[in-house]
Amino acid sequence: MSAHHAKPAPVGGSLFNSVTLTAGILIAIMAAILLVRFIYGLGSVTALNDGYPWGIWIVVDVMIGSAFACGGFSVAMLVYIFNKGEYHPLVRPALLASLFGYTLAGVGVIFDLGRWWNVWNMYWPWSVNFNSVMFEVAICITLYIVVMWIEFSPVVMEKFGLYELKKKIGKYMFFVIALGTLLPMMHQSSLGTMWVVLGTQVHQLWQTPAVPLLFLLTAIVMGYAVVLFESCVASSAYRRSIEMHLLTPMAKVMLGVLAAYLAVRLGDLVVRGALGSAFNLSLESLMFWIEIACFVAPFFVIGTENQRRNPARLFVAGILLMLAGSLLRLNGFLIGYDTGGGYHYFPSLPELLVTVGMFAAEVLGYIVITRRFPVLPRETQHA
Amino acid sequence: MATRRDFLKGALAATGAIVGAGGTAPVQARETHTVPADALGLLYDATLCVGCKACVAACKTANNNPPEFNTVDKLWDTPLDTSGYTFNLIKMYRNGTMEAKDAETNGYAFMKTSCMHCADPSCVSACPVSAMTKNPVNGIVEYNPDKCIGCRYCVLACPFGIPKYQFDDPTGRIGKCELCRHRQKDGHYSACAEVCPTGATLFGKTSDLLAEAKRRVALKPGTTTVYPRGKLGGPDQNYEGLVGNYQQHVYGEKEYGGTQVLKLSGVPFEKVGMPNLPPYSSAATSETIQHTLYGGLLMPVAVLGALSWIAKRNVKPEDGEGEQS
Amino acid sequence: MSASIFDVNRESLAAVESRLQMPRREFLQFCATVAATLGLPAGAEAAVAKAVESAKRPSVIWLHFQECTGCSESLLRAEHPTLEKLILDVISLDYHETLMAAAGHQAEAARKDAMATNKGKYVLVVEGAIPTKQNGIYCKVGGHTAIDLVKECAADAAAVIAIGSCASWGGMPSTIPSISGADSSPTGSSGVAEVLGKPVVTIPGCPPNPYNFLATVVHFLTFGALPAVDKLGRPLFAYGRLVHENCERRAHFDAGRFAMQFGDEGHRKGYCLYKLGCKGPETYANCPTIGFGDTGESSWPVACGHPCIGCTEKGIGFQKPIHAVAKMLNVAPPLQYPRIDETIGKGSNFASAAALAAIAGAAAGGAVMLAKNLGLSHQAAELEKSKETQSKAEV
Repeated sequence: MSAHHAKPAPVGGSLFNSVTLTAGILIAIMAAILLVRFIYGLGSVTALNDGYPWGIWIVVDVMIGSAFACGGFSVAMLVYIFNKGEYHPLVRPALLASLFGYTLAGVGVIFDLGRWWNVWNMYWPWSVNFNSVMFEVAICITLYIVVMWIEFSPVVMEKFGLYELKKKIGKYMFFVIALGTLLPMMHQSSLGTMWVVLGTQVHQLWQTPAVPLLFLLTAIVMGYAVVLFESCVASSAYRRSIEMHLLTPMAKVMLGVLAAYLAVRLGDLVVRGALGSAFNLSLESLMFWIEIACFVAPFFVIGTENQRRNPARLFVAGILLMLAGSLLRLNGFLIGYDTGGGYHYFPSLPELLVTVGMFAAEVLGYIVITRRFPVLPRETQHA
Repeated sequence: MATRRDFLKGALAATGAIVGAGGTAPVQARETHTVPADALGLLYDATLCVGCKACVAACKTANNNPPEFNTVDKLWDTPLDTSGYTFNLIKMYRNGTMEAKDAETNGYAFMKTSCMHCADPSCVSACPVSAMTKNPVNGIVEYNPDKCIGCRYCVLACPFGIPKYQFDDPTGRIGKCELCRHRQKDGHYSACAEVCPTGATLFGKTSDLLAEAKRRVALKPGTTTVYPRGKLGGPDQNYEGLVGNYQQHVYGEKEYGGTQVLKLSGVPFEKVGMPNLPPYSSAATSETIQHTLYGGLLMPVAVLGALSWIAKRNVKPEDGEGEQS
Repeated sequence: MSASIFDVNRESLAAVESRLQMPRREFLQFCATVAATLGLPAGAEAAVAKAVESAKRPSVIWLHFQECTGCSESLLRAEHPTLEKLILDVISLDYHETLMAAAGHQAEAARKDAMATNKGKYVLVVEGAIPTKQNGIYCKVGGHTAIDLVKECAADAAAVIAIGSCASWGGMPSTIPSISGADSSPTGSSGVAEVLGKPVVTIPGCPPNPYNFLATVVHFLTFGALPAVDKLGRPLFAYGRLVHENCERRAHFDAGRFAMQFGDEGHRKGYCLYKLGCKGPETYANCPTIGFGDTGESSWPVACGHPCIGCTEKGIGFQKPIHAVAKMLNVAPPLQYPRIDETIGKGSNFASAAALAAIAGAAAGGAVMLAKNLGLSHQAAELEKSKETQSKAEV
């Protein structure tokens, strides 16, 4: 399987097209809204209220956004821990997406913080509360962002011809990679643990002490799903061939982890006796079944080897699992969250536009970097 | 060359490290905290409350909070719920014809909403920067805006929905009852208890208040008893009144390990907005998970060690994370 | 009522003027005041004027029992009409132990005479409670017990009015002493209705506002019937509302401002007296509305800084301690009183929902298109491959 390992190279081409221009406009709109937010307060642009203090900026931009950014973690684990060197070409693009996903998630937290100027307290050992789940998540994510920039630095160094430096850093890369595997395991699972302290305010279809495991497994699955999604989209956009020989077996690995997740999820529901509430007629039960359907459907879409050779099916399965993992987070923190007192929440238009702007920034960043830096494998001509 | 053997070796090593670390780290279930011995608190007796809202007005004045308008004429402070600017509120339970006070059917009743000063507060456990802390002596849950980053995790975590954020202010802070601790140096106690005309809100040591609550619940409805007002152990303002029909439950005795603010009601507590909570706190559950997984950083370090060892074998240093061929 | 005060013809008014020795303006003022007190609609004062101008003055028999004569004294303070105008010209007060000139057997004879002459047409007014223990020997007038007297006089009366709390329900004399084991007053004092065994009109208060009584009498004169009353016989125009509902300090109660002690800052600022034991919330009376002594609004207990003691209410006035906390009878919180579960927070708004739908639609559309393209190119690739293998096989 070693014949196809082409060196990574910039895709090249113009940076100005309809996609990048649209992304640019959306980012500009986002910046304008954020200016208003910082001058007039969160209430002036968001629909956040006392019953729903967290909205889509935290749940979508940070939690789901960072889960989408697990591609780098999932692929690195496959290549460097399980020694599947053949997946190597997937590492850089996955890492790039992860880099942007996490950096923007970190930035996104800042503009959701009500008293952001005090954020240094989070890193001041004499201030922190070591018992807080959020503290651990924040430290791990911060560290992981640094780690990923270090992991990605060879790309930058190659672009600027700094090969000596690259070799020096290369000596210690194994440790950085180990950290880069440990840290996401810690904070992705802890993002789930964050809802344990909410107690009965989270609907029993989601509230469980097993939530760190559920979040970890879905993060890994979503990582592979995002790789599937991005490979298809990038190849289509750049008019390149898809690395089917890598994606097909990777999809099988993904299904394996998915099966483990479903076993834990359904087993946990049964053990806690919570499955019954899934059969009441309510918004929560409806969202629960949609979530489960999205997790189960891939087995029918790419269940057989033949199906896994079809890029369309891989693409659909990727989307389904990205949706499924997103729903798990959305359902637990927003839709299945009820603090009593008749509160309602639906994101406001400016709130939505900021989230859209964040994703636009990720897309723009991905396009710019892949076109100008050596990330994607150089396209070789088929015989 | 990657072989199946190498893969299995790697996977086994990693699993072994995780299990080994998990085995050595003692699984200490974090016990739910209890109310401190000198804890201060309030006793709210809904059957005595007449909905006069003197406590709401007094709390606003004591904390320098602005009025909140929810009516067309914008003349009266009419908050709909506690908020970043309303730390105490009386809400009204309504049912049917609303004829009888403290009756569950065709009746009405009042319920005070303010910080319960829990023994094991979810907000204190949640806050990453220790802006929410529990005073070790009097147990008051205190807020420090200078440390607060405004993440609102405490707003999310509280089962009573008490800490609230000032969304309309770019420098907004969290607001909640702190038992008027800023008035203690002037010899005052909680403003709500100070002004309450019927003694529905009573201030004192939680242990004393619990005894008083239990005394009332054991009395026969319709008989006469003496009700104190203001502060237990303070100047005598007591009066004689009729005993109401209490729910046989002192709310806050056991919920989440106990709360320093106790409540008595004629209407079942769930109907007046007081959630049904187990005796073990969600903070204890959350922290048990964290300590089990990360206690002393034993497991993370062990896993990191194993991963480093595996990665070193698999990553070729001369190529960095370059290609293998 | 479309008739106006101007419809009363000039001759009648002139006749009234000379008979009552009252200037026309003063007379019309009196009619207007009475009509207003009764809460009658505009124009009713004309009917009142017409009724009063009629020559025949109704006979009134006024009995006194266990009383302090405060009710009569209260009536003496009335200004419109003044009492002498009332008793000399408006009604014929044929028996009143304090005001009549006669005494002893003469007085009793006058009473019997008046009762016989006006049989079935006189108004009986009772002031003071009636003792019932030991056959009522604790109050006797002219050798007869109060019980006998009231029964005798009520038999042929057109209307019976009990004035003051004592006559209404027993008042102060009916207070049960705070001695262990005591369950009734020393002489078993009771109200008129209880003794007669039938409902009567009651004007409770200690003393009652004289205009409550005067308006009731004039209503009777004008319309030939007594005004609408509640189940205790109290005219609704005066006793239909709680003191709390009309109290000028109600705003302080609603805003939670209370006087905590006599003379403290709140007391001096005129804050609500609920905490000092004001019984306004459980007392029906119109004291805050009309005040006492014709000196305006500041002439009732609360306005002077003392909590209402509930003197009109049985079981509260003189029975419940003055500083005991009152029970809220009519809790009518404003509509703005927050419910346990208020609906707060904006639900989905149109713009946002539309934007979300648009984004979701665009994403779904894009995904479908891409999937289709991928599928088609896969199909093509598979076709190519099968052709290749086919041609290879053929080779």
